[in-house]
Amino acid sequence: MSLLLVEHLSIRYAGAHRVRDLSFSVAPGEAVGLVGESGSGKTQTALALLGLLPASAAVTGSVRLEGKELLGAGEGVLDALRARRIAMVFQDPMQALNPYLRVGPQLLHIVRRHRIGEPGDAVERVRDMLGRVGLPDPGRQYRAYPHELSGGMRQRVMIAAALIAEPALLVADEPTTALDVTVQAQILELLASVRGDTALLLITHDLGVIAGRCERMLVIRSGELVESGATRDVFAAPRNEYTARLIAAAPRLDAAAAPATGTHDEVLSVVGARVRYSSRRQGGLEAVRGVDLSVGSGEAVAVVGESGSGKSSLVRAVLGLVPLASGRVIFCGEEIAGAVQTRARRLRRDLQLVFQDPVGSLDPQMRVATLVGEPLTVHEPAMSAAARRDAVERTLARVGLGAHYLHRFPHQLSGGEAQRVAIARALIVGPRVLVCDEAVSALDGTIRAQILSLLRDEQREHGLSIVFITHDLAVVRGFCQRVLVMYLGALAELADNSALFGAPRHPYTRALLDAVPVPDPAAPGGRATIRGEVASALTPPTGCAFHPRCPHAREVCRAEVPTPRQVGDSRVACHLAEDI
Amino acid sequence: MSRRTGLRGRLAGNRTVVFCLAVLGLVAAVAVFGPWLSRNDYLSTNFDLVLDGPTWAGGHIFGTDQLGRDLFVRTMLGIRVTIAVALVASAVSLVIGVFYGMVAGYARGWLDAVMMRFVDTLYAMPFIFLVILLMVAFGRNFLLIFVAIGAINWLDMARIVRGQTLSLREKEFVEAARVTGVPAPRIMLRHIAPNLIGVVVVYLTLTIPQAILVESFLSFLGLGVQEPQTSLGALVHDGVNQMEGAPHLLLIPAVLLAAILLLFNFLGDALRDVFDARQEP
Repeated sequence: MSLLLVEHLSIRYAGAHRVRDLSFSVAPGEAVGLVGESGSGKTQTALALLGLLPASAAVTGSVRLEGKELLGAGEGVLDALRARRIAMVFQDPMQALNPYLRVGPQLLHIVRRHRIGEPGDAVERVRDMLGRVGLPDPGRQYRAYPHELSGGMRQRVMIAAALIAEPALLVADEPTTALDVTVQAQILELLASVRGDTALLLITHDLGVIAGRCERMLVIRSGELVESGATRDVFAAPRNEYTARLIAAAPRLDAAAAPATGTHDEVLSVVGARVRYSSRRQGGLEAVRGVDLSVGSGEAVAVVGESGSGKSSLVRAVLGLVPLASGRVIFCGEEIAGAVQTRARRLRRDLQLVFQDPVGSLDPQMRVATLVGEPLTVHEPAMSAAARRDAVERTLARVGLGAHYLHRFPHQLSGGEAQRVAIARALIVGPRVLVCDEAVSALDGTIRAQILSLLRDEQREHGLSIVFITHDLAVVRGFCQRVLVMYLGALAELADNSALFGAPRHPYTRALLDAVPVPDPAAPGGRATIRGEVASALTPPTGCAFHPRCPHAREVCRAEVPTPRQVGDSRVACHLAEDI
Repeated sequence: MSRRTGLRGRLAGNRTVVFCLAVLGLVAAVAVFGPWLSRNDYLSTNFDLVLDGPTWAGGHIFGTDQLGRDLFVRTMLGIRVTIAVALVASAVSLVIGVFYGMVAGYARGWLDAVMMRFVDTLYAMPFIFLVILLMVAFGRNFLLIFVAIGAINWLDMARIVRGQTLSLREKEFVEAARVTGVPAPRIMLRHIAPNLIGVVVVYLTLTIPQAILVESFLSFLGLGVQEPQTSLGALVHDGVNQMEGAPHLLLIPAVLLAAILLLFNFLGDALRDVFDARQEP
């Protein structure tokens, strides 16, 4: 008998279907993946399972857990089932935890509320659970507030909270999307190892996450189930055309390397860049500690690292958004420095930026026509309104948007359309260098592939140089010619695409590569070969900043800071690059 | 289906806004032109008709007060003052407060510190003391009420706008504009200001009733509107004293005052939606 049986589930808001006639089941102890792009109704489905949909949702069909009907069940019935029989882990652990309560008491509340075990053992039970999910010092973290923990640690606490009552079914909605790739690998491993007999419904947009973790998978699109089956079979021979497209669009490490394009005419170079932030309470911290980088004309250079690696600070300093503590930025042979307001107008034209969140980087009160035209208004004030309109239409066409988008507001665009508008806004003044700060990370797989091919065309046809900040090495493989891997504000490895993916020299690069989830059930990747998370830049470790997490660390790594040197085809900052 | 789009379309498409503006316009028109059409004026007393109830036939449609003056004309006079106070208070906090707060919040650093300490200093002055100071300097003058109310009203607005600007300037779309090379004045005018409107309008609708109440309070203390001039606040105060014998003296101005305040509140609530492009489907 199946543990969870969903039959003909439909969810409507104001008459519009978000989920339509969805039927599936989960057997006891089974791990099932639910894959869908944004707007596919996967989160709505999860909320329906727990009875958490708002009153405005019209729900029909049937959801049965261990034979008990959940749809339309009273709060009392649901309350008895939640946590004890069915539990949920959300995407953002910061929002799911109460910021004013210490972690331990929050979990203790669940134990007491549901009368789990002997009342006298409650505290011990919580400590034990925190230890099982891998908190290094459960006694101390029991008394910590959520903000004192890192993102990965908070998600571990959420998992502890979900599993503490040993439920029959755990629903995890994008549990690792907000986390770094190495942390993601650790959390996924934890979910697999700690859940025991609990069945898992893993909801995600990332096929790589499903590939290695779930026996069966379901693919939904616009609220309808388009494919279901054993994960292995679906990946090997998808029956549905949409599933096939999803699998094809997922970036893979074993894809062909990005073809070498561009010339070696240096457009932009950074020498010994340092960025410092000072804070009155905590003293200063050095976010970027002496990084060199050069970008050729028509070349795409990736800057890769986990959060806290200083990759964003580096490019923000290049753009003049944060001050450079020392070092030089040279653009077309000319030294540029100082804040963006003080730079020559021509420079501000030549360096443009595209952000991660496309909707957030567009003014919500402006129409597309004004948004895309604004850089022209500023840089070419003499241009006539008609000519500007013409240029806007041409640029929109370049990014694949028709003239009917001109009068839309940002909230009327989808994520992919909004990112195209943001790119059009950057391209309209004809920049030499485009900085993409996680510009495709928030986009769905199929949309991401489209945006990347759009950027590739710009690179090839207009000789645009691209600085591509990302945490996702799989995307880098097919897109960038050169890769800079940063760790805690310093260079870890700098190499050409083929060298970096073919023969990674730095242990951190290897760990990043191991952690990338691969959409292939036979070789799923996503292995956590390093533990823990990036150290705080406030208190950087001695010697090599990576040594506390490095599996190869020796005495010399603890004592001496490695200087970058040439090993093979790579520039590596590691004492042991030749030996490992 | 044709959709109304753009600011004008949203304005015309919002029934609450149209209704509130129409009624407020009507009230203002009656207040301005009504007294001219009436046979009575606000000064003349008639001791034969003291505290008379509202009648059509007698010509005093709102009745008369304790001195036999026509309440209709006096109420209209009061509405004029009340609406004028509301408009001046909102205009001052809109023009000075929004501009001041936006500049301070966008500039940050020392300029922000200096500007906001100036606001704190004005805040620290006791309001009544400020009014008396003004009166000593300029003599007793009806206009001083507007100056006094204006002088305090923009302070709150400046603080609120500054706080909002501080958070807006960290938004990605502002950073995007800076990288693109958009100069600071244009960023403030085109990117910050339109995104402030929601807060500003809501705060204005709180300011207007507050200003109206402050005016009544000043008039009550003898520092505001002086007899025989009057305002709705002063009329309500007079009405309270005659509540038992002649309730119309309290009820008519009180109901009108409440109705005007409600209209302003509804208007503000609806305007917030109208000014936000995100409300467009």
